[in-house]
Formats: sequence, C-alpha cells, structure tokens
Amino acid sequence: MPSLKDLKNRIESVKSTRKITKAMQMVAAAKLRRAQEAAEDSRPYTKRFNAVMAGLAASVGGSDSAPKLLRGTGSDQVHLLVVMTAERGLCGGFNSNIAKLARQKAAGLKAAGKTVKILTVGKKGRDALKRDLGSDFVGHVDLSDVKRVGYANAQAIAKDILTRFDAGEFDVATIFYSEFVNVVTQIPTAQQIIPASYEGGEAQDGASAVYDYEPGEERILADLLPRGVATQIFSGLLENGASEQGARMSAMDNATRNAGDMIDKLTIEFNRSRQAVITNELIEIISGAEAL
Amino acid sequence: MAQTMQFDLVSPERALASLQASAVQIPGAEGDMTAMPQHAPTITTLRPGVLKVESPEGNSEYLVTGGFAEIAGDSLSVLAERAIPMTEMTRDQMNELIEEAREMYKTAKEEDQPHGLVEDAAKLLADMEALGTHMSL
Repeated sequence: MPSLKDLKNRIESVKSTRKITKAMQMVAAAKLRRAQEAAEDSRPYTKRFNAVMAGLAASVGGSDSAPKLLRGTGSDQVHLLVVMTAERGLCGGFNSNIAKLARQKAAGLKAAGKTVKILTVGKKGRDALKRDLGSDFVGHVDLSDVKRVGYANAQAIAKDILTRFDAGEFDVATIFYSEFVNVVTQIPTAQQIIPASYEGGEAQDGASAVYDYEPGEERILADLLPRGVATQIFSGLLENGASEQGARMSAMDNATRNAGDMIDKLTIEFNRSRQAVITNELIEIISGAEAL
Repeated sequence: MAQTMQFDLVSPERALASLQASAVQIPGAEGDMTAMPQHAPTITTLRPGVLKVESPEGNSEYLVTGGFAEIAGDSLSVLAERAIPMTEMTRDQMNELIEEAREMYKTAKEEDQPHGLVEDAAKLLADMEALGTHMSL
C-alpha cells in the first residue's frame, strides 16, 4: 500500500507527462497540416510526370536499346531495399510497421536465394533493422538536420542510388515508405523504382496523342528516368512526413487520454486512502475515549 | 487573336501557375521555342533559362532549371525541377545557382563520371552563366 505522499507524487508526475504528450500532439497536428499541404502540392507534378513517362515507356520500352533504368540489368539477383523512416520515435507503430514490411521482404528474397542490400533513410529504421539485418547495410542517409524535406534532399538520395546502380551494385531497387491515407491510417508501402515501372498511367489521355520528341525519344527517356527516381523518392519522403506526423498525433492523443485515465484512477485511490487514514484516526480516538 | 491555351507550371514542391496563356516561350534543350495554341503535340526537355508567358492578363517570366515541357494542342504543362518567378529573383540567388552548377561540374570532372555527365555539367554551367549575364541584375 503506497503512502499518501507516494500517491501524490505519482499523480504529479503523470500530470506533467500528460502536459508533455498534449503539447507533442498539438505540435504534431500543426506539423501534419504543413506536411499534408506539401504532399498535396507535389501531387500535380508527380501525376503529370508519371503520365508522360508511361507514354514514353510504352513507346520505347520494348526495344533492346532502352535505358537500363527502364529495362533492368537483365537479372534480379541483387536487391536494394531503400527503407525510409522517421528520424524520431514516439509516433506509434509508424517506424516499426515500415521496418516490419522491409524485414518480411528481405526474408522472402533471401529465402529465394537473392542477395539483399539495405540503404536506410532516417535513424529509426536503421535502429530497428540493425539487429537482424545489420550486415546487409550499405549506407545511411541522415535527414535529422533537415527541417523541411525539399526536392534537393530527394535528389541527393536518388544520386546516391543511381551511382550505386551504375557501379553495378544491384539490379532491382525498392523503396519502403508509409502512404498517408488519413490521421489514423498509414499504409506501409513497397514500391519498385529500378527498373522503373510506369504502367499505371497508360490508360490516361497521354497515350492517345502522338508526340514529337525533342531531342529524340531515347535521349529524353535517358534524361527523365533519373529524374523519375528522384521524383518517386520525393513523393515517398513527403508521404512519409505526413504519415509520421499523423501517427505521432494519434499516438500522443492516446497517450494523453491514458494519462488522464490514470490520473483519475490515482486520484480515487488517493482519496480513498486519505479517507481510510481519517477513519483510522477517528476509530483510535473513539476507542481511546471508550476505554476511559 | 483571342485564342488561348491552358498553361500549367509545376515544380515538385508546388504548383506555380495555372492560367490561360496565348503564347509561351520555352527554353528547350535544343533551342528556344514558342508554343501557341494548336501547337503540334511535343515533349521537350528544358535547359536552364527563362520561360516567358504571354497571357491576356499580362506577361510573366519564370526562371527554370532543367525539367521538361509537354505541349498538347490546347494545353501546355511545364514540369520544372526548380522554377522561380523572375520578380522574386535576386543576384544572390543567381550566384548560388551558378555556384551550384560550378560545384557539380567540378565533382563530375574529378570523379570522371560516365555518360557524358561531365559535358552535361559543363553545359549546365555555361547555360547558368549565360542566364546570369542575360538577366544583368
């Protein structure tokens, strides 16, 4: 049975915890709005880009002279998994869900006899995968100093990946990120970026018009494919940003509510034991008086 | 001629413009071209340069670095990696861009990268410098 003093201390400490989680929730809510706007602002670009790429890929794709980024290296022995997570924790299952998906994929590939290499973006994913997949790490991108993810960050990551690709370090690259649906739902997603697959857009009007290409189709494609990698990484990063804040917001909301429940429970316990102490004292006084 | 076409300028970070334009001059990779309504469907890559938009409401200019433009008869979309309205452009920003290009050229040369990346970087640098003089800020 904890003493009254202990109970009082615990209530105070839970109260200050609640203040912190409440503040974190509000910060996350504000950041979420910005992250969501950023993700929405980038959508027109990504959509158009993919539509154009789909048209181009459809017309050039089949030929042998198609760039390696589109056609692939002809083998799928070595896989690069780009795992994009947050730099901070305290956001519910956000980081561990992405890590889990990546781990499953890695296990599946290894069972099929493939080689797996892992590039991590964001500290938390690295920490989560370090124990069982640490030996497969080939690199890490640190974004902890970046306040607002810009296209330049995505370009830097894309450049790193493309340099490795040109050096023949891997055949297939997949990015892992969390797709933002709404504040309570974020879907961990795996998307293959090399060789690029732009099939989704073909049904759009882009395929109906016959375009002139300047310079030639293949030059354009060679120019645009590396940009495509950056674009996809960028949209992954933005989705991740929004998802992270959304996940943190709901996690902190839960924590705040739990703290509130706990305070209620502790307060009741505190009042009961205070009452018990008073009753005890009264009994003592009464029985003392009776004994006289 | 009152004919106009839908003009969209988008960068990965935001959509910069969406309006009706009568003519747009595009800094294409193989030379400047002007797109007007009913232009043949064309896709072209961009070099760093100035995008000039003429519309019934007035003209505007944007500085764009790489990207591409999609011309489709009655609409024109420019997808630029970076686009800055000319009115917001300052000498410092220009210097920054030139410096960036120079840096890229230097690393490309040092690392001796394949695919004519060195020439590309050199061209980028030249384009940037030409742009700087052209703007004569």
